[in-house]
Amino acid sequence: MAAGVATWLPFARAAAVGWLPLAKKTMPKPPVDNSSRSDEILYVNVSGVRFQTWKNTLDRYPDTLLGSSEKEFFYNEDTQEYFFDRDPEMFRHILNFYRTGKLHYPRHECIQAFDEELAFYGIVPEIIGDCCMEEYRDRKKENQERLAEDTEANEATDAPLPPHSTSRERLWRAFENPHTSTMALVFYYVTGFFIAVSVIANVVETVPCRPPKGRVKDLPCGEKYQLAFFCMDTACVLIFTFEYLMRLFAAPSRCKFMRSVMSVIDVVAIMPYYIGLVMPENEDVSGAFVTLRVFRVFRIFKFSRHSQGLRILGYTLKSCASELGFLLFSLTMAIIIFATVMFYAEKGTKGSTFTSIPASFWYTIVTMTTLGYGDMVPNTIAGKIFGSICSLSGVLVIALPVPVIVSNFSRIYHQNQRADKMRAQQKVRLARIRMAKKGTTNAFLQYKEDRALGDPDSDNTALCVKNRSAFEHQHHHLLHCLEKTTNHEFTDEMTYSELCMTESVGFRTSRSTSLSSQQGVQNNSTGCCPRRARRRAAMRLANSTVSVSRGSVQELDTLHIKTTSIASQNRSSLNAQASDLKLNCGEPDFTAAIISIPTPPANSPDESLPSSPAPIPGILRNTRARAFTHETVKISSL
Amino acid sequence: MGLVMGTFSLQSKQVNYHKDKADDDLEMTMVCHRPEGLDQLEAQTNFSKRELQVLYRGFKNECPSGVVNEDTFKQIYSQFFPHGDASTYAHYLFNAFDSAHTGSIKFEDFVTALSILLRGSVQEKLQWTFNLYDINRDGYINKEEMTDIVRAIYDMMGKYTYPVLKTDAPKQHVDAFFQKMDKNRDGVVTLDEFILSCQEDENIMRSLQLFENVI
Repeated sequence: MAAGVATWLPFARAAAVGWLPLAKKTMPKPPVDNSSRSDEILYVNVSGVRFQTWKNTLDRYPDTLLGSSEKEFFYNEDTQEYFFDRDPEMFRHILNFYRTGKLHYPRHECIQAFDEELAFYGIVPEIIGDCCMEEYRDRKKENQERLAEDTEANEATDAPLPPHSTSRERLWRAFENPHTSTMALVFYYVTGFFIAVSVIANVVETVPCRPPKGRVKDLPCGEKYQLAFFCMDTACVLIFTFEYLMRLFAAPSRCKFMRSVMSVIDVVAIMPYYIGLVMPENEDVSGAFVTLRVFRVFRIFKFSRHSQGLRILGYTLKSCASELGFLLFSLTMAIIIFATVMFYAEKGTKGSTFTSIPASFWYTIVTMTTLGYGDMVPNTIAGKIFGSICSLSGVLVIALPVPVIVSNFSRIYHQNQRADKMRAQQKVRLARIRMAKKGTTNAFLQYKEDRALGDPDSDNTALCVKNRSAFEHQHHHLLHCLEKTTNHEFTDEMTYSELCMTESVGFRTSRSTSLSSQQGVQNNSTGCCPRRARRRAAMRLANSTVSVSRGSVQELDTLHIKTTSIASQNRSSLNAQASDLKLNCGEPDFTAAIISIPTPPANSPDESLPSSPAPIPGILRNTRARAFTHETVKISSL
Repeated sequence: MGLVMGTFSLQSKQVNYHKDKADDDLEMTMVCHRPEGLDQLEAQTNFSKRELQVLYRGFKNECPSGVVNEDTFKQIYSQFFPHGDASTYAHYLFNAFDSAHTGSIKFEDFVTALSILLRGSVQEKLQWTFNLYDINRDGYINKEEMTDIVRAIYDMMGKYTYPVLKTDAPKQHVDAFFQKMDKNRDGVVTLDEFILSCQEDENIMRSLQLFENVI
């Protein structure tokens, strides 16, 4: 329950006087508060720095270290203070949390150190106030990502292959992570070298070389040393083809591989050569052949396998694609507008180069990008005016794309992070509210059952009862008063739905309900209070005609088998645990109870129960099923 | 292009203007109220100085501004009674505390009411309860008022109760109450009838002593 609420509890209890004239039953006795009435100042020494605070302040959060009896472990009798060997700077924030109810995250501290302190003092980080929550989450995510990257990098490169990997898997791994084996590294560098060689050859091919003897004109080197270049090209293409085929063979999913960008680039890089081989050497198609040779320049994109930077750039452009598209569209609009204006302004003049609007496009683009080649120039005054407006607006337009791309990139990146953060926060907040509600419900129901234990187990009750905070006592008493006022009792959702069904339908064959209730829901542990459960079950028996379906009887039998199979040597130890378990029932975190229903009843009973009597948390079971077993196996909540 | 940019900038200016107005409103609500001196409160109530100190520390921590408004009340009650809907009852209780009908409870109101409830005489407690039930403060509790109060109390129980809550349970409760309290069967309960009937009932008398140790 939230801290501040504790302050209001006395007032809510006092207001319960208003129910008294209405009450149908007598009010229960209030819990005896033996603790000293007057508030005392506690001294907390954290590594030499002495803090002082009221005891009430610390009691506000009973499920933390300082608020619970756990701090007694740190009490120093000699100096009459609580001593913690922790960071005093951090403790300041922790103590402020108790004082103000809000936990702040100090920005200069390391996130991990802070988390560790919170864990030590038993404070859940979700309580961090909204003011610091975003910062905290940012840092935490950053840290986690960095750790994940580190571990991933470590694993990816150094992880040994699974022992029975096929040669195919090994080959794929060699291709993806060249650092794993020397062979892969050699292959990686060789392919890189040949990509470079191929690209350089393509470039040098076109450089004019000195003409051979007997010719006057300069020849491009490609034609002079045709054979040499052809051999080099063949060698490169052979290597690329070989590499592509190897990758195709090794790929775990060939279809996916063939559709990936890198493989498309590979194909485009080597296709022209093969097409050139196949095509005959005639003049008609040589034009197309030349076009194909242009595609050879795509080999340079193969470098992106070797370079991380290229990949990031590609991703950036891809992520900003829509913004770039819109920018292009607006540019096109501006070009069309200005081109039209220039065309009509220059229409009249003789010998004007603005022959048509499409022709004016060229002028507009050249002017707007401030290139100004000078091949098209306006002559009329109107043309010159509009031309200058065009170039001025061009300056503005060119200034736009660069920050747009940069800001878009960072905006998209941060936007994703913020959306996830908000969604997580929302979920956490809702979950917190739900958990708090369920927690109080379960705690109160537990309290009622403990009260019903009665005198015979007075020692255990007292112990059990003592472990709860005074606040919880008083709150439960208040709820109890309300019950007496209205002469109705609180129950949980499950029992309520059962009651509804028993009252409406006479005959129940609810095998499914009993199963579902077994697998269900947050039923709080009734480990300490078998008698109460039995009494409740008896009442339910009285209510319904046939309360136990065949299904549940069958389960009962199997459960019964289970209980008897616990040999007597275990029984005593289990009973010995009973006292521990009764003490455990004071644990406030019922909501954290994970219901681990053991194996379905079909399994052999021996296997499903823990064999050792060590204090392993037992099995949480449905009250209904358990009520009918007379050997009450006492169980604790996890 | 320039026109487009101009229109965009105009729009953003308007947004800023709205934000400034909100800031002004925020400043106005940060009213602070300080209670009277400790000695005066000690004289007016049945609490000792220490108790008042403890109470005020808790109160001030929760409400630094020194006043509790109805929404806070409802929130507090909904946390104490998470099973059902405590807002209606919190509303009636708020009105009972806020005797001056100012719309907010100051520390003096808070402490005065607590003093009556915890340290007051039987007469005072019963009178306070009567005021709680008498919603319109006309000196009479009629069936409608009582039904509203009882329904609000039952709302706090929520849906999941044992035995199942029937729809006429509040009405039955109110009828039983009137049976007991309304001596002259005129359909309303006056303060004297109320106090007399409560004093006759031993259970109520005994229960009144239960809450003395709350603080």
